[in-house]
Amino acid sequence: MSARLHITRLTGAASLQDGGRRGYLRFGLSASGPMDPLAFAAANGLVGNPADAAALELGLAAVRLRAEGGAARLALAGAPSGLRLDGEPIAAHRSFLLREGSELTVERPREGVFAYLAAAGGFPVPAVMGSRALHQRAALGGLGGRTCREGDRLPLSAPPAIEADRCVDPIPLEREAPIRVVLGPQDDLFAPAGRVTFLSEPFTVSNRADRMGYQLDGPEIAHGPGGFNIVSDATVAGSVQVPGSGRPIVLLADRQTTGGYPKIATVISADLRRIAQRRPGEAVRFEAIDLAAATRLARARASLIAGLADRLRPVEGEAERLMRANLAGAAVDALHAED
Amino acid sequence: MTHDAPRLLPCGDTAFTIEFGAQIDARLSARVLALDATLAAHSLPGVLETVPTYRSLTVHLDPVIADPAELGRAVLALADERPEAGPAPRLWRIPVVYGGAFGIDLEAVAAHHGLAPEAVIARHSAPDYRVAMIGFLPGYAYLEGLDPGLALSRRPSPRPVTPAGTISIGGAQALVASIAAPSGWHLLGRTPEKVFAPQRDPVFLLRPGDRVRFVPTPPERWAALDAAAEAGEPVAELCEG
Repeated sequence: MSARLHITRLTGAASLQDGGRRGYLRFGLSASGPMDPLAFAAANGLVGNPADAAALELGLAAVRLRAEGGAARLALAGAPSGLRLDGEPIAAHRSFLLREGSELTVERPREGVFAYLAAAGGFPVPAVMGSRALHQRAALGGLGGRTCREGDRLPLSAPPAIEADRCVDPIPLEREAPIRVVLGPQDDLFAPAGRVTFLSEPFTVSNRADRMGYQLDGPEIAHGPGGFNIVSDATVAGSVQVPGSGRPIVLLADRQTTGGYPKIATVISADLRRIAQRRPGEAVRFEAIDLAAATRLARARASLIAGLADRLRPVEGEAERLMRANLAGAAVDALHAED
Repeated sequence: MTHDAPRLLPCGDTAFTIEFGAQIDARLSARVLALDATLAAHSLPGVLETVPTYRSLTVHLDPVIADPAELGRAVLALADERPEAGPAPRLWRIPVVYGGAFGIDLEAVAAHHGLAPEAVIARHSAPDYRVAMIGFLPGYAYLEGLDPGLALSRRPSPRPVTPAGTISIGGAQALVASIAAPSGWHLLGRTPEKVFAPQRDPVFLLRPGDRVRFVPTPPERWAALDAAAEAGEPVAELCEG
């Protein structure tokens, strides 16, 4: 029998996600895929996978995994989480070998929400309609159409090649940064005061936050005289819809594909991970930018993901790492340079 | 509020919407579907997916390949052109068991309109509807063409669960539901047909632009039809196209 990762303990949300299930929006099926595409791509890059290979998405989760029937080359990226390999601390944002019978513990993240555990070769569960990404509402993809549970065994690909461990600089969560939006498509259906509220007041992520969308608490956003019902039209990842309560909902990876509430703005694609990584109770501020700037940022993000492989370094000894610590900021600066 | 000229509305850097109007209107829906067919024929670089709705077409794009603003203007220009002939619409005859446990709101809808339940069934099953959009959840088909005499605003509070295959109306819209979900619409009946079946090819029975006719079916036939649908056999009938 080929190797598997046995989930011996799990709290929180865990699902298999790949680059997403494209082409079915006109049939009412959103793409799913990772809530933090950058961290997801980094985890895959660390183990030598294509950027869109299936990985395990952990949402405010703690998990313990044992390699059965063979070894696994693994890496965790995203929300900073304590990692232990057979009880010994090991860094995230690096690849390592989990030998047969060894156990990996991922603690609940210290901050942020989503972390990604990638395995060399991906997780070869069956693709459904062209993708392994779980769409929970439609019961498609993932592990038999559902999230992962304690006791599950995740299939692994062929034994990993012998290669050196590699690492990459942690990816900033940008927890204080504003969430950038392009106004529209229905900003004209809001009262001028409503638009001012949206762009100037702080909101917080509510407890009603999942892969479909994050509802925000905060001041009410005033609609215009036309009210809050529109004839349904299409949503996109990042649509900020405002129902009758005046409290905005940011629609995300598993969203409904159409909706009947006006959408005041759209979170730019590069900042979807920024809001996805905010926990319930954490602050959200919106900042409007123009479409040309949003397009530049989307292209910079695509270049960053395409260049992740070039940023990988061999894992060095701790002493060497400390000696180089004053240089470590350079790569983080490069990451910020996309702004 | 209606707009004679289509409008280009930004949806961030990965999509835009061409809006033909704000209402449910057969003419608007026809223009949306015509632009959708035109775009399918043109295959503009950077266009990934299109989503037709009652009154608008949303175009999803790759901002690395296409500039969203430029592509939006190009599609807007196409929206003003004479549409190219799309594929001939298909007509589906979909069996529906009305009333009773299958359509718990039939009596109330009839009472509201001062009609006998049979008259509501007759009016609901008379038209050839058009699939104006598929959205909200996978396979949920929103139809244009409801008899205005049946139009009824949504229930004051939604039901937490309505079954798969529910046939319902809300406002001027008629709906074929694919999977169980909450709904504030009025439930007239149920079809055993699975408009969304992940293991079947095609996964989605209906396409935007298809025509649909409901065939009143006696409740005694439900068990057999449901068993057939569960076994992957078609219970809706493709008549034309």
